[in-house]
Amino acid sequence: MSYARAAGVLLWAWAALIGAAPALAVDITPPLPTPQLQQRYLRLTHELRCMQCQSESLADSQVDLAADLRRQVHDLLLAGNSDDQVRDYMVARYGEFILFRPRMSWRNAWLWGAPALMMIGGLLVAWRILRARTRLADVEDDEAARS
Amino acid sequence: MNRFLLPLAAFVLLLAVLLVGLKRAPEKSILPSPLIGKPAPQFTLPNLFDNATPLQSDSLKGHWWLVNVWGTWCVECRAEHAVLLQIKQQAQVPILGIDWRDHDEDALTWLAQLGNPYERVGTDHDGKVAIDLGVYGAPESFLINPAGTVIYKHIGPLTMPVWQHEFLPRVSRASVSGA
Repeated sequence: MSYARAAGVLLWAWAALIGAAPALAVDITPPLPTPQLQQRYLRLTHELRCMQCQSESLADSQVDLAADLRRQVHDLLLAGNSDDQVRDYMVARYGEFILFRPRMSWRNAWLWGAPALMMIGGLLVAWRILRARTRLADVEDDEAARS
Repeated sequence: MNRFLLPLAAFVLLLAVLLVGLKRAPEKSILPSPLIGKPAPQFTLPNLFDNATPLQSDSLKGHWWLVNVWGTWCVECRAEHAVLLQIKQQAQVPILGIDWRDHDEDALTWLAQLGNPYERVGTDHDGKVAIDLGVYGAPESFLINPAGTVIYKHIGPLTMPVWQHEFLPRVSRASVSGA
């Protein structure tokens, strides 16, 4: 077998492997009838947590419960629920923890505001230090001029 | 002296926050159920012992129930089983089993071999009722009051201390106050 031929075989084998990748996908829930619905389904299953294997999303998890919950998302979307209604459905059963992107509420507002507060605090400290330094420098300049 | 006071105060505050976080870390792995204090979900499930009469959630009202979600595939459920049998012997609160994602034959064999602690068993083949209950890992146990409200939830195998200290006091407290 020539070198070129061997390379060709390898290329085909590689292409076949790539082509087979979707068959390894975790999610075997039947696709939704329209591309729009399917896209919403994909977005939702990626932003909902698998409660059993907490750092995976529903879309990525192989656990049975994740399969059940994916089917539930599928059915809810098919029944005409909005994305927020699907999220509410999950939160009502599993709590806020199921959302990878937590929603803002009065309970966690301080957390959302923390970066801004720290920034303001940091700027205040920096401003005070800078002001003290410039004053110090002024005094030194005066003393240097006097001597 | 004064210029160290503010950073020191900030450091102590941070230390306190982190220490509290560290102390509470173990409880964080157990997630609170949003169902507590709310009505238990409505359901109709096939009855494991009697195909003709399905198990309906409405028929549970008027009694305290311990609802136990289990499955023969669940390793920890086997460890829990002896505790459930003990609770049955106490005859204070009947146990309703929800056989989660399981085969009926396996469940019947399991109960025949290990003994049956359950007053009734519903079979949740497709896991829909488990989702409504917010179950994410068997075994999970719920305490339901006569009005059908979820009073307490325990995740993981029940133990006698948990039953004595977390479940029973809630039942007796409610009966004393007449609720």
